[in-house]
Amino acid sequence: MAKKKTTKKSAKKTVRKTKKTSKVRGGAVSKQRDKKTIGKIEALATSVAKSGLAQREPKIEIPIRSVSNMKYNAKKRILEMGSSTQQRELFNVGQARKFMQMLLVSKGCKDLIQAEKTLSLRGMYYMTLHTIEGTSEKTFNEQSESDTILEDLEVTIDGLREELHVFAKKRGTMVGNITVIDNGDEIDCRRMGTGGYAIPSICEPSVIQFKNCDADFILHVEKDTVWSRFNEDRFWEKHNCILTEGSGQPPRGVRRLLHRMHMELGIPVYCLLDCDPWGHYIYSVIKQGSINLAFESQRMAIPDAKFIGIRAEDYDRCKLSNDVKIALNERDITRAKQIMEYPWFAEKRPWKKEIKTMLGNGFKMEVESLITKDISYVSEVYVPQRLADGDFLD
Amino acid sequence: MATTTRKKKTARKASTSGRVSAETLAKGQREISVSEFFAKNRHLLGFDNPRKALLTAVKEAVDNALDACEEAGILPEIHVRLLQKDESRFKLTIRDNGPGIVRAQIESIFGKLLYGSKFHRMKMSRGQQGIGISAAGMYGLMTTGKPVHIVSKTSRRKPPHDVVLKIDTSKNRAEVVKEKEDPKSDSLFPGGTGTQVVIELEGRYQKGRQSIDEYLEQTAIANPHAQITWITPTNETIEFPRAVDELPDEAKEIKPHPKGIELGTLIQMLERTESKSLSAFLQDEFSRVGQRKASELAKMADKLSSKTITPRSRVSQLGHAEAECLYKAIQEASIMAPPTDCLVPIGSRALLAGLLKEVQAEFFAAATRPPTVYRGNPFQMEVAIAFGGNLSSEESSRILRFANRVPLLYQQSACSSFKAVTETSWKNYGLTQPRNSLPVGPLVVLVHMASVWVPFTSESKEAIADYDEIRKEMKLALQECGRKLGTYLRRRKQMKKQSERRGIFERYIGEISTSCHAIVGTDPKKLYEALLKQATRKTREADQKLDLDGKIVSAKRLEQDDDVIILEERQVTMQEDGDEGLFDNDVVTTTKRKTRKKSKKKKKKTS
Repeated sequence: MAKKKTTKKSAKKTVRKTKKTSKVRGGAVSKQRDKKTIGKIEALATSVAKSGLAQREPKIEIPIRSVSNMKYNAKKRILEMGSSTQQRELFNVGQARKFMQMLLVSKGCKDLIQAEKTLSLRGMYYMTLHTIEGTSEKTFNEQSESDTILEDLEVTIDGLREELHVFAKKRGTMVGNITVIDNGDEIDCRRMGTGGYAIPSICEPSVIQFKNCDADFILHVEKDTVWSRFNEDRFWEKHNCILTEGSGQPPRGVRRLLHRMHMELGIPVYCLLDCDPWGHYIYSVIKQGSINLAFESQRMAIPDAKFIGIRAEDYDRCKLSNDVKIALNERDITRAKQIMEYPWFAEKRPWKKEIKTMLGNGFKMEVESLITKDISYVSEVYVPQRLADGDFLD
Repeated sequence: MATTTRKKKTARKASTSGRVSAETLAKGQREISVSEFFAKNRHLLGFDNPRKALLTAVKEAVDNALDACEEAGILPEIHVRLLQKDESRFKLTIRDNGPGIVRAQIESIFGKLLYGSKFHRMKMSRGQQGIGISAAGMYGLMTTGKPVHIVSKTSRRKPPHDVVLKIDTSKNRAEVVKEKEDPKSDSLFPGGTGTQVVIELEGRYQKGRQSIDEYLEQTAIANPHAQITWITPTNETIEFPRAVDELPDEAKEIKPHPKGIELGTLIQMLERTESKSLSAFLQDEFSRVGQRKASELAKMADKLSSKTITPRSRVSQLGHAEAECLYKAIQEASIMAPPTDCLVPIGSRALLAGLLKEVQAEFFAAATRPPTVYRGNPFQMEVAIAFGGNLSSEESSRILRFANRVPLLYQQSACSSFKAVTETSWKNYGLTQPRNSLPVGPLVVLVHMASVWVPFTSESKEAIADYDEIRKEMKLALQECGRKLGTYLRRRKQMKKQSERRGIFERYIGEISTSCHAIVGTDPKKLYEALLKQATRKTREADQKLDLDGKIVSAKRLEQDDDVIILEERQVTMQEDGDEGLFDNDVVTTTKRKTRKKSKKKKKKTS
């Protein structure tokens, strides 16, 4: 049955030439990888079916994705997932539904891989969505439910979302002195106009390859608004760099691309983020990996990433006006204290000092606050100065 | 018997200047009759407003009818009819199949206040003072000017006598207006005997709480042996069918217990007694006093008294001081509790039968406490509860209060039973209960006090006085019922959880089987069946664990309890479908089920 499907699909594909060539190029690798992923999914289903038939309780062992099961690897300077797992049982009132959902998503992913197609998270939600026979209950009530199950499946079978042919909504933009090949299409990031190149959700080598890159460094900014400022000022051209943006907490695609550019092209990454706990955590995610997806740190973390700013001291240093202050609320304060306690922050004095200064100030600042000095103050004075001074937080 | 009279001073102010002589004052002082007194203080008897007056009239007549029937050993059949003559005028007709009233007694019973057989004896009965029915008649006369019309037949062979009575309030006496022997009225009494009373009175008829309907409904609950027919002003006929074909045992009359009397009463008894010696007086007039106890009391009184008191002292020689010593001696002495065989409780079975026919609930439990004593008066508490079914679950629960089988509709919050219900911690039994108030939920609580003398807070008999002994007994009975309810509710919750659990598993097993089939080609049917088998086993194991913990009393125990009735709607429908329901399947094994079916107290409502 599976074979039939494949032939049908490939017949369709001949219509689109470029796509086919790309498939041919990355084909050998991805085919082999897909086979491996399907094998893992099948192993999962087999174990459930076997224990079911043998009158044993079907269980799935899932590595725990929470702070408790996460370790900071001081040597590698990244977050890693620990070895604790949890049992997901069918015959447990609280877990039965999730157990069922897990098998549905497994089935969905297998079908997807066999069809050699990819789907968005939302697409996957719809693919596995139906009403359970004889009831009015839906298999999933909302997309967030299937998203979590998919993450569970990733860690369980030790296969990444990309390997399961699922991608997230596109988020993040890039522009700069680099040419990439995206699914066979050559994209010159020097000629992206005001919009920039939308960073895809899947940035695996099978999809994206780097062609030529002259950039000296990567400047990653928090949001689109700041990115536009830099792009309009042709900052990347003047300073010969790559300019990226992750719309807040950068999605996996952006982080993977940054990681690959940093590792494969050997260029440093600088981050320009808000002076608040949120900005600090974004930096932490880029640098060490996120707690929720600690299993992916290996492929995404950039331990050498540097924090340019903005920093708590900038209020006095740049003589900013009183108006840019945003008072820290209670949640900010607890979060800041939490972050300060994270081992990868705790061992760094400058960082401790930075957070303490912010708490002492009692206010946070956005990157945009620099606009009060001058429209292009951030791109023409602030960042160049920091870069020249080599004044970063690490 | 005795016509108690009361003297009251009515001072008249002098119109002329100066002092008024004693003679002038004396002219204004005269005896007033009880009837006059109550005519002016009608609220004391429950005739405060038109609506309540109507209810009180019905209540007094029905109480009398029930008492009469029971004393004569007749299963009561009572007809109540209310005819609206104009907006505020009603004609009330109440007919029973009791023994009837001999002609000579009719004037006294219906025309004299404080005339009756019940006041002076220590016997459990509905009426106590002998005010009720005559007061109703008097109220009618006062508000409409119409006399009371009585038809009574005492024997199959004699024609009924037909009497129209008018009460003279100033003389506390009845005047016969019309009188005849009327064979035509024979058709009113198919049983051969009976009494019919017609009173025309002012009133207001309204349904709902504290209505005649509610009163009769509750009377039917507490008197399941009575058959009541009620024809409303809108000419609607409501039948309260008989649920039990046995008359309650007749209550025995007892002598007062020494500890139950007050000093004044003791002095009065000493004056009136026919016994000559103190010893004889104590033995003759009181219960639980024998020769030895009498001597002991005399001895104790002697110690307290300056004059010598011996068992052989003449009663007529005992003065006020000696009576007081005797009274003190009685309080100090330990005297056996009064006999309690004088009490006739409704009984758990009859209570359940009564509730079952009038309240549409799914769970019923009853508890009867052993008799005890308050202030020398024996009494006994009974409690029954009904839960679930068609009862409203949003409102706070209802209390049905009864004293000697008579429903109490007014002054709920002043009643001892109300306090007992609010003081019981219903949270322990799975209900919600706001602080210091009634539990909320589909619950009806019935509280019945049986006593030779029910301590009411007022003459209109609306609330039971709050004696500690009484409230304690009520609470104990409430707790007994509450525990059974708690057991039932836990079981129901457990059953729901269990079927839910199974439901969850069954729902997902299908999805899992098809998914496994799609991924690795496992036979979905085989896998489904294997998983289903496991699911059934798992749920059963979980239930058994709970049983062993003792948290869940096994279903059998609750169902074998004689004082509990469970109507399981689900159970009924499932058996009709021929389906082996979850409930049956799990709780009892097949062999046991057969035996249970016989003893199952599953009663469907007949009407």
